[in-house]
Amino acid sequence: MGTNEGESIDNLIEAVAAALALPIEPQWKPGIKSNLQVTLRMAALVAEFELPDEAEPAPVFEA
Amino acid sequence: MDAWASADRIASAVAAGRTTAAAVVEAALERIAERDKVLNAFTAITRERARAKARAIDRACAEGKPAGPLAGVPFAVKNLFDVAGLPTLAGSKINRDRLPAAADSPLIARLEAAGAVLVGALNMGEYAYDFTGENVHDGPSRNPHDTAHMTGGSSGGSGAAVAGGLVPIALGSDTNGSIRVPASFCGIFGLKPTYGRLSRARTFPFVASLDHVGPLARTARDLALAYDAMQGWDPEDPVCARRPPEPALPLLEGGVGGLRIAVAGGYFRRGATPGALAAVARVAEALGASREVEVPEAARARAAAFVITTSEGAALHLDRLRTRARDFEPTIRDRLISGAMVPAPLVVRAQKFRRWYREQVLRLFESVDAILAPTTPFPAPRIGQQTMQLEGAEVPLRPNIGIFTQPISFIGLPAVPVPLEPLPIGVQIIAAPWREDIALRIAHALDQAKVAAASAE
Repeated sequence: MGTNEGESIDNLIEAVAAALALPIEPQWKPGIKSNLQVTLRMAALVAEFELPDEAEPAPVFEA
Repeated sequence: MDAWASADRIASAVAAGRTTAAAVVEAALERIAERDKVLNAFTAITRERARAKARAIDRACAEGKPAGPLAGVPFAVKNLFDVAGLPTLAGSKINRDRLPAAADSPLIARLEAAGAVLVGALNMGEYAYDFTGENVHDGPSRNPHDTAHMTGGSSGGSGAAVAGGLVPIALGSDTNGSIRVPASFCGIFGLKPTYGRLSRARTFPFVASLDHVGPLARTARDLALAYDAMQGWDPEDPVCARRPPEPALPLLEGGVGGLRIAVAGGYFRRGATPGALAAVARVAEALGASREVEVPEAARARAAAFVITTSEGAALHLDRLRTRARDFEPTIRDRLISGAMVPAPLVVRAQKFRRWYREQVLRLFESVDAILAPTTPFPAPRIGQQTMQLEGAEVPLRPNIGIFTQPISFIGLPAVPVPLEPLPIGVQIIAAPWREDIALRIAHALDQAKVAAASAE
């Protein structure tokens, strides 16, 4: 993972923590970052899979 | 009744008056007092409650009332099930501050209505976000086959209690593999039913999209007994299906003749130790399963389950992460906080993928009745172990434990892990939705043929 990507993840963590009022202690950051990097790789694997616009998500709400 | 007596044998003996529920329960309590010092499976023992329930069963038997199918059978539950009078810990420190539960979860009530006797609550990985059975607050549950090794998790106490001969039946939960992994590592049977089959009401949740509950036992018959007693719609769980109970026990002796059974290829052959693959091959040979099927896009399915898990888990715990982050187990806190950072479109894409993948896999079940796959890529690692040798490379241990269970629970397919020796290690018998009966029938045939069997530690 390049420096820019690493930095952008640091920025993402900072911004979301502020937006959600999540207090994060500095020593927790490396663990949070490495977890997030794994999740984003997993999410990219899913998101790159092409599905039609009409694809319904799995949970179906019943009114 | 020895420690290894099955639920089936205990219930028959109690019904026939050859023993009493009180004697069975007292023996179980003694075993727990003795062996749990090492196994660390229990976080609470409900002695007085169990003794009172056992006396009531014996009284009813003496009055000639019909004994239930689980008469006098001791059982215990992962501590995320509500037990009246106990705070529902879900493996955490934070939940110790909860008020004691006012009532039992409905699955406990249903098992007790069938004559079973709750003897306690079981250790688990914190908030079920775990595959190891380790817990910093309560200490690790220990594998009865070798106490230096992990039980697997997150239903670690459930695996240890059943494999250690403390109880014949335990309940666990399975979001990504948390029943199947400890069943594999501890060398016992388990049932992760179809998503929506058994009520999750009054259990502490983890990932609403993926949470299942089910039994662990030392025989396939005991699984069927417990499962049948727990079936049925429950309006308290909005996911619980409006289906009448479909008892598996009457179909258990149906054998495997006429069933189309295939082995999962591709993804399910990569990243496993030779021992795990050999276990699948032994089961396949015993069942005459020569066909191989490819579960399409299983790696992506596992990835999507991972994404949904971390983000729904984060949403569940967001307030606790704001106010009590230091009270979480550190590795779980880091995972949950990172889950709050996942951009929402990626989570929705994972849910869209889930429906597509479900449709593809259901097509497979038009031409097969069951699919065999490893449960875990390797047998139980040592407690505290962080990495693993796989295919010549050193890989991080924890995220690899669930690679073969996640693509199955992701779309709610019923699966029964069956135990193979000597490692031990499990092989999953996977069936189409609502066909637990088929998975249990195959597991029972393997159990009877001694291809797969739980063995004393």
